[in-house]
Amino acid sequence: MAAVPNLIPALPEIFLALTAMTLLMLGVFQKVDGDGQATARFVSYLAVIAFGLTILLVVTVGGGRKLTFDGMFITDFFGVFFKILVLIASALTLVISQGYLKVQGMARFEYPVLVMFATLGMMLMISANNLISLYLGLEMQSLALYVLASFQRDDMRSTEAGLKYFVLGALASGMLLYGSSLIYGFTGTTDFGAIAALFNSTAEGGPSVGVIIGLVFILAGLAFKVSAVPFHMWTPDVYEGAPTPVTAFFAVGPKLAAIALLLRVMIGPFGELAGQWQQIVAFISIASMVLGAFAAINQTNIKRMMAYSSIGNVGYVLIGLVVADEAGIRGVLIYMAIYLFMTLGAFTCILCMRRGGGMVEDIKDLAGLSRSHPMVALAMAIFMFSMAGIPPLAGFLGKLYIFMAAINAQLYTLAVIGVLSSVVGAFYYLRVIKVMYFDEPTDLLDRPVSREIGLVLAGSSLFVVLFVIYPLPLLAAAKAAAQALMGG
Amino acid sequence: MDALLLEYLPILVFLGIAGALTGVIVLSSFIVARQHPNVAKTSAYECGFDAFEDARHKFDVRFYLVAILFIIFDLEVAFLFPWAITLGKIGVFGFWSMMIFLAILTIGFIYEWKKGALEWE
Amino acid sequence: MIIQALAFYLFAAVTVASAVAVISVRNPVHSVLFLILAFFNSAGLFILLGAEFLAMILVVVYVGAVAVLFMFVVMMLDINFVELRQGFLQYLPIGALIGLILLVEILVMVGGWALSPEIASAVAAPTPAPETVTNTHALGELIYTRYVYLFQAAGIILLVAMIGAIVLTHRRRDGVRRQKVSEQIARRAEESATVRQVESGKGI
Repeated sequence: MAAVPNLIPALPEIFLALTAMTLLMLGVFQKVDGDGQATARFVSYLAVIAFGLTILLVVTVGGGRKLTFDGMFITDFFGVFFKILVLIASALTLVISQGYLKVQGMARFEYPVLVMFATLGMMLMISANNLISLYLGLEMQSLALYVLASFQRDDMRSTEAGLKYFVLGALASGMLLYGSSLIYGFTGTTDFGAIAALFNSTAEGGPSVGVIIGLVFILAGLAFKVSAVPFHMWTPDVYEGAPTPVTAFFAVGPKLAAIALLLRVMIGPFGELAGQWQQIVAFISIASMVLGAFAAINQTNIKRMMAYSSIGNVGYVLIGLVVADEAGIRGVLIYMAIYLFMTLGAFTCILCMRRGGGMVEDIKDLAGLSRSHPMVALAMAIFMFSMAGIPPLAGFLGKLYIFMAAINAQLYTLAVIGVLSSVVGAFYYLRVIKVMYFDEPTDLLDRPVSREIGLVLAGSSLFVVLFVIYPLPLLAAAKAAAQALMGG
Repeated sequence: MDALLLEYLPILVFLGIAGALTGVIVLSSFIVARQHPNVAKTSAYECGFDAFEDARHKFDVRFYLVAILFIIFDLEVAFLFPWAITLGKIGVFGFWSMMIFLAILTIGFIYEWKKGALEWE
Repeated sequence: MIIQALAFYLFAAVTVASAVAVISVRNPVHSVLFLILAFFNSAGLFILLGAEFLAMILVVVYVGAVAVLFMFVVMMLDINFVELRQGFLQYLPIGALIGLILLVEILVMVGGWALSPEIASAVAAPTPAPETVTNTHALGELIYTRYVYLFQAAGIILLVAMIGAIVLTHRRRDGVRRQKVSEQIARRAEESATVRQVESGKGI
């Protein structure tokens, strides 16, 4: 008879799983009122509250390094940092989704429930300390996201997005599994700690070819999930086709979780093999930055543009992984925190783009936004300036920390390419601002902007603007998290 | 290992006999019987009428829904086998572990029931 | 043991042959049937390896459920496979090239096969000898206690799959007669049947 494992470290996850199931039951037992909008709204707000409570639990359970479930589940400060970001992203996504769900007639209570399960999967990914728990977390997240992508099932593009995401995602999962099985075959274990210990002790002989190939496959699978360049083809199509709030969620939630996973896997079990993977990650990083910068220029659809922008951003983040020291990891953490607010904010602005009851997505539809919605235009301008890396906005600081880390590690090529591609990238960000402020409007966008969207916009733009004044809490948290990862 | 495989020997023998027998029956009818196919003989027979349309037409998506729900519960049952035979060893914790798993899937079952996914007209 | 070797070659050959048939036959339904044959023979291979439980699960889950699902999907999609096959020759060179690269990779890997010396100590749960404990026992002792976390996570993934399938395919239809247990039980004879006196020679 085995002992019951310590459940305390996994308390936030258990709570979220139970709440998600409770809300599913609550939703299905509610009386059907017409098209079920009231139920959807009710369940959504309960879900937002649940996310809030989960954040509290994550904080309460705290940052000390704890292993449980036979070493398969880890909580440390690094995990806490990313879990809080993911939970914020999910909660904000639900808040900004409400209006869109109603207008598009897709307000069903399964939407918040699926977002909760996706978030649960992300938390499992962040806490994974074993190749099997890594895979299960990833699948839980992906499965819920595939469904969310085609949630607007009567819309051709949404269905197509879901299908594309599913087929390519399954391929990536397959590569990841193949890599994991190679690693297991050549090391005899799936536990991250045991793998790391194995490489520490056999340093003189070097790892076997099988391990290296396995590592490359895992890297390819994860690169797909963060949509880094050779594996980015799905991103623009899926981002364009999926319902806009879902796209907003795709751009932040899964990316945060996958970056966290990538850092944990590369630094943890394969930290000793840094020489082997740094080359690959450096290539992926450069390719992502360059493609993200150049391919976005020609886009007319703003969601596609944001997709390329997110590819570029992943490129910058991966510089931090190439550096692979504490400063680099800290840079990644700061960048991801800022990226969360910039991207969600920008998508919130895109959600305001309605005309005659329908959504419009062309960049030129933004013309005259400064006159019809001065506040939204201002917020969008702030986010675009920040993404372009104009000081003193938060996006500039994020890039600064990463480039500084690269320069200190004497990776000058990476830093130079990073700076150059962010200059190119600034072009298309600034073009959006130009369209908003200086182009003659054709048709004005619909006026009223709902209160939730206004609040999210105000909050995230204030964060982006004021971050430079009081950055200390985030810097300190990122430093502690980076130390937890490197020291662990 | 050999002892284990020995237990499967009857099945292998059975497979061999079954395969050989089918082969013999199919081949012998093919070789021995006289074959004079003509249009009337080879056309599909449908109550004396000519066939109205292709027999293969699109299935309703609901069949797929039923099939996927079947897979899920099939997997659930697959998990029950090892649990059932080791229950004595894994004790109370093992028992409740399975109960939680079943509870999770039961929630799914209640959901699909209430949604009417199992209804047909 | 000669029978074992013969059985291995039989199963392996049929598996490979039917796998090739899956992707090369014209009729998609035949393709699914060949897939089932491949599953059966892989189950045979599993048994030769001593993994009885996996073999049975392969038959129960893959042949019993997954193949049925594939069949439904094939019937549902109603794809014109001849049309789909048009590009086959066109993509053959690049496909063959990728296959070749993968083959070379596998060869390189097998060539560099070197297990680390610590592997024996690192193994998470050594396989017990099949003479002492059956496969199913060995799995049962691990899944529900030691791997309880993965077990429950798998349960939640199945739940998400269930929700997803319903969200994407289920539609509320008119004219569905739902079973309403309480109403059906509460029905009395007085509500559903009336007794009338009918005069002879006249209708109601």
